[in-house]
Amino acid sequence: MNIHLATAASSPGNPVLNISIFGAFVAITLFIVLRASRNNKTAADYYAAGRSFTGGQNGTAIAGDYLSAASFLGIVGAIAITGYDGFMYSIGFLVAWLVALLLVAELLRNTGKYTMADVLSFRLKQRPVRIAAAITTLMVCFFYLLAQMAGAGGLVSLLLGINDKVGQSIVITIVGALMIVYVLIGGMKGTTWVQIIKACLLIAGAAVMTVWTLALHGFNLSTLLDAAVATAGNPEILNPGLKFGLNDVTKLDFISLALALVLGTAALPHVLMRFYTVPTAKEARRSVVWAIWLIGGFYVFTLVLGYGAAALIGADRILASPGGVNSAAPLLAFELGGPILLGLISAVAFATILAVVAGLTITAAASFAHDIYASVFKKGKARPEDEVKIARRTVIIIGIVAIIGGIGANGQNVAFLVALAFAVAASANLPTILYSLFWRKFSTQGAVWSMYGGLASAILLIAFSPVVSGSETSMIPGADFAIFPLSNPGLVSIPLAFFLGWLGTVLDRVPRDLDKQAEMEVRSLTGVGAEKEAVDH
Amino acid sequence: MGNDALTEEVAVSAETFHQVQKSEEFQELRKRHRSFVFPVAIAFLLWYFAYVLLAGYAHDFMSIKVFGSVNIGLLLGLAQIVTTFAITTWYVTYAGRRLDPIASKIRHEIEGPLATASKESK
Repeated sequence: MNIHLATAASSPGNPVLNISIFGAFVAITLFIVLRASRNNKTAADYYAAGRSFTGGQNGTAIAGDYLSAASFLGIVGAIAITGYDGFMYSIGFLVAWLVALLLVAELLRNTGKYTMADVLSFRLKQRPVRIAAAITTLMVCFFYLLAQMAGAGGLVSLLLGINDKVGQSIVITIVGALMIVYVLIGGMKGTTWVQIIKACLLIAGAAVMTVWTLALHGFNLSTLLDAAVATAGNPEILNPGLKFGLNDVTKLDFISLALALVLGTAALPHVLMRFYTVPTAKEARRSVVWAIWLIGGFYVFTLVLGYGAAALIGADRILASPGGVNSAAPLLAFELGGPILLGLISAVAFATILAVVAGLTITAAASFAHDIYASVFKKGKARPEDEVKIARRTVIIIGIVAIIGGIGANGQNVAFLVALAFAVAASANLPTILYSLFWRKFSTQGAVWSMYGGLASAILLIAFSPVVSGSETSMIPGADFAIFPLSNPGLVSIPLAFFLGWLGTVLDRVPRDLDKQAEMEVRSLTGVGAEKEAVDH
Repeated sequence: MGNDALTEEVAVSAETFHQVQKSEEFQELRKRHRSFVFPVAIAFLLWYFAYVLLAGYAHDFMSIKVFGSVNIGLLLGLAQIVTTFAITTWYVTYAGRRLDPIASKIRHEIEGPLATASKESK
């Protein structure tokens, strides 16, 4: 393997080719965004794409949003390096969709307009609940953005052979600027189309690589696994525990991660917002079904790709390459199809980051403009044009924050960073979403306690965890204030947030708004007033 | 813009919602929905955490090879994916047969008298 080490340290492939493939993608999608945005007039157009997408289209876009750089680069890398333990991410990410399908998607579609806060504040006091929900939305989007931008940094360094920090930072800035342009012009409709195109390319690309990898091993999974073991020189790569089985703390960390993954999806604001781009609850259900099939299929591919990278390239070479653990998938593409396949796959991965960042940005901007500016500052009296104007300005600010964050978060495993975003979402949002959909007595105080308690505990536990300090791989390697041993906070913060929601509710003496409760329950289950077709014929 | 139109401009009275909420039809819909989603949600979460705990604490069991180098851990992981697909299909069938007909009936009953108003607001 040492022979390969020297070649892997510089960029494989041809930077000019890589840039031209990526440039072609940008040109095509920008054209589509421009066309799609011609009739972006109202707030519903800008945030919810005029509720004009079908379940299939929206489901593909959801898959596009969800199959972020974390899924592609992060999981393939995690399986290639840590074997079976990396596969656990896929399982958690997928099973989580059942929570969204069964408990959240349709009911949410029926009771909201644009944002998660619409649903949470439906029958509670508007101001405090909206502010809390907007803050949690912004925080989750921020963590997710960090993960995507970290992926962009790694990918760029691999593709363009840019190894110095300044050069990488310039490219991250260009990516961020492009993303701002997409969202400003295209709104939700443009962003959704970019997601759809990207999802198709990503799934097709992964499928080709999967078949290719299997073909090299006689279409026999067992042969592929044997090859991975041979390259790794360690049969444990097929068994659980390589990463999480070291001691009791890492085992608990593993459970914490599993909990965050399975409960996080149904609370991710940028995924929830997608349910508003379809006309009916039935289409929302159809979207989730499409998403589950596409995502599930994709994760089977990543299993093959991860072990394929472990077999054909090997952990040592992956870790030694400029992009580190996140570069397993591009390296595998190079190994299989040379510079052209590398260029294509990397352009797709790059497009993935661009599209997901755009989706996150529009969610955060909508939340700020709709929940904080229009509902809190203007007390619901804001003109829709002003709201959209504010949303557009917010896009620029978030874009700049994402660029700075991305430059800062270079080099961490993307799947791992995304898992933190899942933990924050599951702690801060999920209890309130479930309580307000299913618990009649749930109160404003319960919601506020649960959201702030969940958010604060998740973030504090991350701040005092080995992620931030106390180990060689921490963000601040020199310092050590890691008093919380787990790197994922979910095991503590999620139950705590559920408990706080319950406690705040039973201690709340304010009488509940039973009119609104009746309205919300009837609307959520029947779709009264929320079905586009009911008024359009 | 159907959603916005009705939510903001066409008020369905609170009285109507209370009546509907108490109606037998709606209670049946609520019961059918909850009696499906709650047990299934609990079941798949238990199955998922059983798998997670096995992967975390039953290393030797998960490492048993079944055929070739494919071990129990890998098969159980793939089984998670298969059950996810199966539950999805099951729920869609159930919702289409047992939930949607009642839901749209109730919706039309409430929206019926409002059809004119909502057309104007569009």
